[in-house]
Amino acid sequence: MSALSPEDPVMTGNLAPSAADGPLLTATGLEVGFSVGGSIASRLRHEERILRAVDGVDLTIQHGEALALVGESGSGKSTLARALTGLEPLNAGQVALDGKVLGKRRSRADQRRVQMVFQDPYSSLNPRLTVAGMLHELLRVHQIVPRAQVDAYSRELIGLVGLTDDALPAYPRQFSGGQRQRVAIARALALKPDLLVADEPVSALDVSVQATILNLLQELRSSLGLTLLLISHNLAVVRHLCDRVAVMYLGRIIEVAPTGELYAAPRHPYTRGLLAAIPRMTPGTGEGAPAVTGDPPSPLRIPAGCRFRTRCPIAQERCAHEDPELTAPAGRPAHLAACHFPLDPPPGVRPGTAVRAVPAQSAAQDAKEEPSPSQS
Amino acid sequence: MTAAAPEPVTPAGPSGAGQPAASGPVLEVRDLQVQIQTRRGVVRAVDGVSLEVPRGGAVGLVGESGSGKSMTLRSILGVLPPEAKITSGQVLLDGTDLVPLPTSALNRIRGPKLAMIFQEPMSALNPVMRVGWQIAEGPQVHLGYNRSRSAERAVELMYRVGIPDPERRFKAYPHEFSGGMRQRVMIAIALSCEPEVILCDEPTTALDVTIQDQILRLLAQLCSESGVSLLFVTHDLPVVAQLCQELAVMYGGQIVERGPVADVFREPSHPYTLGLLRSAPDVEEVRSSLVPIPGSPPSLISPPSGCRFHPRCSFAEQDCSEIDPPLRLLSSGRATACLHYERCLESAQAEAAR
Amino acid sequence: MSATTLVTVAPEHAARRKAQWYRVPALLAGLTLLVIVLAMVIGAPLLTSHNPNVQDLNAILSGPSGQHLLGTDQLGRDTWSRLLYGGRVDLQVAFIAVLFPFVLGTILGSIAGYFGGWVDLIIMRVVDIVVAFPFYVLIIALVFVLGPGESSIYIAITAVGWVAYARIIRGEILVAKRQEYVLAAQSAGLSNLRIMGRHLLPNVVTQAIIYAMSDIVQDILAIVTLSYLGLGIQPPTPDWGTMIANGQNFLTTHWQLTTIPGLAVVVTGLALSLIGDGLADLLRPGQS
Repeated sequence: MSALSPEDPVMTGNLAPSAADGPLLTATGLEVGFSVGGSIASRLRHEERILRAVDGVDLTIQHGEALALVGESGSGKSTLARALTGLEPLNAGQVALDGKVLGKRRSRADQRRVQMVFQDPYSSLNPRLTVAGMLHELLRVHQIVPRAQVDAYSRELIGLVGLTDDALPAYPRQFSGGQRQRVAIARALALKPDLLVADEPVSALDVSVQATILNLLQELRSSLGLTLLLISHNLAVVRHLCDRVAVMYLGRIIEVAPTGELYAAPRHPYTRGLLAAIPRMTPGTGEGAPAVTGDPPSPLRIPAGCRFRTRCPIAQERCAHEDPELTAPAGRPAHLAACHFPLDPPPGVRPGTAVRAVPAQSAAQDAKEEPSPSQS
Repeated sequence: MTAAAPEPVTPAGPSGAGQPAASGPVLEVRDLQVQIQTRRGVVRAVDGVSLEVPRGGAVGLVGESGSGKSMTLRSILGVLPPEAKITSGQVLLDGTDLVPLPTSALNRIRGPKLAMIFQEPMSALNPVMRVGWQIAEGPQVHLGYNRSRSAERAVELMYRVGIPDPERRFKAYPHEFSGGMRQRVMIAIALSCEPEVILCDEPTTALDVTIQDQILRLLAQLCSESGVSLLFVTHDLPVVAQLCQELAVMYGGQIVERGPVADVFREPSHPYTLGLLRSAPDVEEVRSSLVPIPGSPPSLISPPSGCRFHPRCSFAEQDCSEIDPPLRLLSSGRATACLHYERCLESAQAEAAR
Repeated sequence: MSATTLVTVAPEHAARRKAQWYRVPALLAGLTLLVIVLAMVIGAPLLTSHNPNVQDLNAILSGPSGQHLLGTDQLGRDTWSRLLYGGRVDLQVAFIAVLFPFVLGTILGSIAGYFGGWVDLIIMRVVDIVVAFPFYVLIIALVFVLGPGESSIYIAITAVGWVAYARIIRGEILVAKRQEYVLAAQSAGLSNLRIMGRHLLPNVVTQAIIYAMSDIVQDILAIVTLSYLGLGIQPPTPDWGTMIANGQNFLTTHWQLTTIPGLAVVVTGLALSLIGDGLADLLRPGQS
């Protein structure tokens, strides 16, 4: 079980929650925009339009927690993830890790601390590099382990994600989709990141394969104390894996809450609609009015005031003028929502008491009963 | 080599070929075989599939990628890729076998009787033709409507599928529509000639969850209003739960389980269905750990002997690798292709009791 | 078992790919032809006893005979020897000439595609300017300015030829850099040079290699054309272009003086084109 044990000398280090108090990551006032229709002629005529993909986001991620970022396409969740990883230049705002503000161009050492797992395992692995090739390169460039241990550490990494040693000399094309995603996770973990950002890590995989990757992420969390930012449109996946959820709509976070509380008692009407729109396993729920009507507006023309008001069933005059701030009700400081008329909790739900049905600890117990990959 | 065609599952009376019995299933597929010629060998993409769509009902066809669910759907409409061929079997629409029909005869059926909605509406719509005229095309060709009457019909359909301001949007092009609106246009086209059956190939997979919800509810509403039948292909079990009454699960080119949605979900009688249900996280309840199905889907060039699922099955016994299990009829309209389905039922019941 | 389910890496995929190259008929035919041509020009001293430059004014314009396999030219030089030794010169110059534009174009194309912006704008404007001129016009003009000779050929072909490689590589890089493995390399803090050299180039260079095969053909034609115009390989060094030019005067009486070197150009070109086609088939994505 050495590969999954937190006492393992090789895997401790940066992966373990640091002793520092305060959040691991603090993002303030993040803005990321793209210019569209920007031909030279239109730029000269100042007709360049800015797509505000991320439009003023504040976010903190605590050491060891799993935070989910959910939203529909165009909500800016993937752009935000890339901005936090340093792959997207910021128009405004800053990102700090353990209180240290990261520069516009991150140093190699800072870059190492946030690693990403991408959505499509078919395009996220270089087809011309073997698994060993890609791992060795990262380990050498960042001098993660002494040169002599590069080989042993690669084997350990690959075991950590549930692959055998014969995966090392193989090329990506020799793996199935699920196996590729394991390789991608091993690559991200190779740099001993403080934060693992996973952008829709299972949505390109078949249902039965998704479960293996979700279980792996859960095991890694409990065995390594990994801090995870999961980007997903699948609220079932999020509920299974995360402690806290941030809901995005048109470039803004409109609600943040502990997972159990958000699912039981959403405060923002969009969150409630999003939850109601998920098809349930209960048959015969097909007819009736849709949970949210209308299409989301284009991110090029974000409505004034509250950005959800064009689809909101309870919108009032005030919503058209005043942009709501993220605020928490009395007694529930962890449950922030950006709505002028937040929803009351449904009857029977006592706010603030909802907890995750499964503490991470029990998942860890399950993991420990599994046979070690190196033994089989 | 392949499962024998099972007895009809729907309780409704006899449904013989050439008998357009109003009470029988509107669409019936019998022992369908589709083979694809590839360089590495013959892929038996669909291997003895039989299913029925009751009049006015919605049937979900569920499977993972490569299970043959899309090929089944395409063979019904007769739009297989050139390298694929129906080698045997029947597709009976109101008792008429579509398989031997020439393209010209099929073209008189596609539209007025059978229509299809695709996963990616952008590639299924003509990008340089106004959407209104795309909707009006079917009534012009099949119902002999003139230009103004077909345009009226298109506006009426656009209104019916919930496209706001249909008179103005009649003249828009597909790229001016959002993904959800494009799918509504596809549905309007499918409905334009009042077909009896609409085949849906993952029509909501590319959509966001709130838009998916809108489209699913629209389809359910149209189904109950106009009595059109749906054959709905998807990999998403909850989508089937929401929309369909009947369910068929495909694995490795075969149907492994069939029955009413509520019964199958409550007590799956095939280990693969059970595996699918256990491996997906549920938004309503948090389970301690997901149970993935071990291994990978079978090769359809040289499938495993006996039951195709046995190498991945936790209930597998000696005989599972020897006998290719036929789809057997159980009680109350259910069928399973598992030799030891009792053990699967027990396991599901034990889990439910916990 | 759950997440620790072990892999079964399927190594048969790799084996099949390696065994595939000789199953592409075009590649096989092209390689066979090229090997024959190369063997003949490299083994020239074994295949002929005549010095290609020795004149025998007693035996000018003689027909094929046991002494002179393909007869002699207007200066009494053995045509067979000149064909073999001329091929040596032409092929050597062509193979070297293709290398320079390949390297220069690949580097500039990668930079333009990877960095984009102003760098891309400038490089691609230069490409547009070069492309605006017909290939031969520019080559001939350059060699004319630089003076005839081998080094002028290299410079001219490089100056004109790199644009094709730059365009191909830039296009491929533009596509490849959107792939998530490039983002992964960036998020791992790897330097731009390393990402370009190790992660992008190996994935895009195959297209340039395929093009290089057909480019050699074009270079051989260019060299032959230049020599035909008297701007290329200078006499008395034998070369196919000069042979064709000189033989032209005797086309009605001694057609073999022109036709045979012309045929040599065609066969060599065919071999290289077939190799290019075959490589394209072999390396086409989805083939693996």
